[in-house]
Amino acid sequence: MTQYLLSVHSVAGKPREPMTDEEMQESYKQVGLLEEEMKSAGAWVFGGRLHKPDTATVVRMAKGEVLTTDGPFAESKEHLGGFYIIEAEDLDAALAWASKVTDVINAPIEVRPFWEMPEA
Amino acid sequence: MRDVDAALKLDEAEIGRIFREESGRSVAALIRIFGDIDIAEDAVQEAFAVALRKWPAAGLPPNPGGWITTTARHRAIDHLRRESRGRELLSGAALLSSGNDDPGAPGEVGPMHDDRLHLIFTCCHPALSTEAQVALTLRLLGGLSTNEVARSFLVAEPTMAQRLARAKRKIKAARIPYRVPEDHELPDRLRPVLAVVYLVYNAGLSSPADPSLCSEAIRLARILARLLPDDPEVAGLLALLLLTESRRASRTRPDGSLVLLGEQDRGRWDRALLEEAQAIVRRCLRRNQPGAYQLQAAINAVHADAATLEQTDWSQIVALYDQLLAIAPTPVVALNRAIAVGEVQGAAAALALVDELDLDNYHPFHATRADLLHRLGRNSEAATAYERAAAIAPTDAERDFLRLGGRSSR
Repeated sequence: MTQYLLSVHSVAGKPREPMTDEEMQESYKQVGLLEEEMKSAGAWVFGGRLHKPDTATVVRMAKGEVLTTDGPFAESKEHLGGFYIIEAEDLDAALAWASKVTDVINAPIEVRPFWEMPEA
Repeated sequence: MRDVDAALKLDEAEIGRIFREESGRSVAALIRIFGDIDIAEDAVQEAFAVALRKWPAAGLPPNPGGWITTTARHRAIDHLRRESRGRELLSGAALLSSGNDDPGAPGEVGPMHDDRLHLIFTCCHPALSTEAQVALTLRLLGGLSTNEVARSFLVAEPTMAQRLARAKRKIKAARIPYRVPEDHELPDRLRPVLAVVYLVYNAGLSSPADPSLCSEAIRLARILARLLPDDPEVAGLLALLLLTESRRASRTRPDGSLVLLGEQDRGRWDRALLEEAQAIVRRCLRRNQPGAYQLQAAINAVHADAATLEQTDWSQIVALYDQLLAIAPTPVVALNRAIAVGEVQGAAAALALVDELDLDNYHPFHATRADLLHRLGRNSEAATAYERAAAIAPTDAERDFLRLGGRSSR
């Protein structure tokens, strides 16, 4: 089994189409159902939605001291908006979950394998 | 003509040819056994070195393919025994091949379990770029060296080596599976496989000096057709390649310039390939599940049926293009349909269709317009169109041809 990161990327300045309350409720319900499905299939490892990138803080070592700065790490337009970590037999199985996620949340999903530590 | 002695003599080139023919099956079998592409490739490469040493003296083994797989398998096991990770891998590999004395035999019986079929679906997985798909297919299934793959696509060898390494890394890290897709996935997953085989053929066609890619593509198409006999598009692709191949020799002049279909010496078309292809097309027609490759094959078959250009059944060709345009509504298909319409309804009708198309960077578009304008007596416009076509044609042969076309009168 391999673990995969299924990530959703939001693009700054390109807000998603506003949803009505009803649509929002329906979307939450769909996401909830899919997460239940992942859990009962044994694919679920972790998942979550992130606050906007302007809530981010970066810490780094500078001249031997920890320097704390406001804002996201990368000055890019795309930011991680949320993710799932799933466990799957192979890429086809991971892509099948990603297809379900993209269908429910209506945004592209990047699928990336986790580095596996070679067993000692 | 080679005499018998020369045919039996196993020189390096002959061993190389046999290897190219057989290595895809061996690489695929070893990937199944060891679950690792690099191990499989290296081991088959070593087997090749052993063959170069042994075969010239000992002669060709009765089953060269089996010999290569067995030798490569032993080499791989020798290497793996020397490292701890390898020993772990071997215990898994032993399980896979237990009860199977012939390592050349597929793990399970039946064409759907042919190792090469598993491998081509790995190589042409949609998670890989088309370039990577083509390169991997030629390297692993076609048995071409990295250098040969690089030359076929006019890139430097280190660039191609990098492209291959990256693709293999992704297959391993992301666990792109080594399996034949389920029936319900098959149509989607077969599409890139067929596209890769078609690309390989066309790469060979556009470099007449090195037709080996054409035979490579036909070989892959034949394997697919044998392994997936129920898929009409696989059959359609094979028929299309055979039909194109039957005309390849008459398609260029000795100086490399192109000969249009209407001006080709039909006596030089390869009858054996034509008949094989036409039989496939007839079977496709009976099955009546048309697809893009089958329709293109059918169009080519109609051309092949005509003893002379004048005897071509153009209305049949227009009807087939109508179907093709419904499935694949691309401007290039529309352009080819317009050419056929020109033969039925005249140049003016064709030109009206052609002028609606947005294909300014496609040199056959301008060449077609030039020809139609010429036929309508609009010679100065025709000359301009020929010049435009020549300016953007990709090869010298085509440029020369178009420049000549601009001056010659019909």
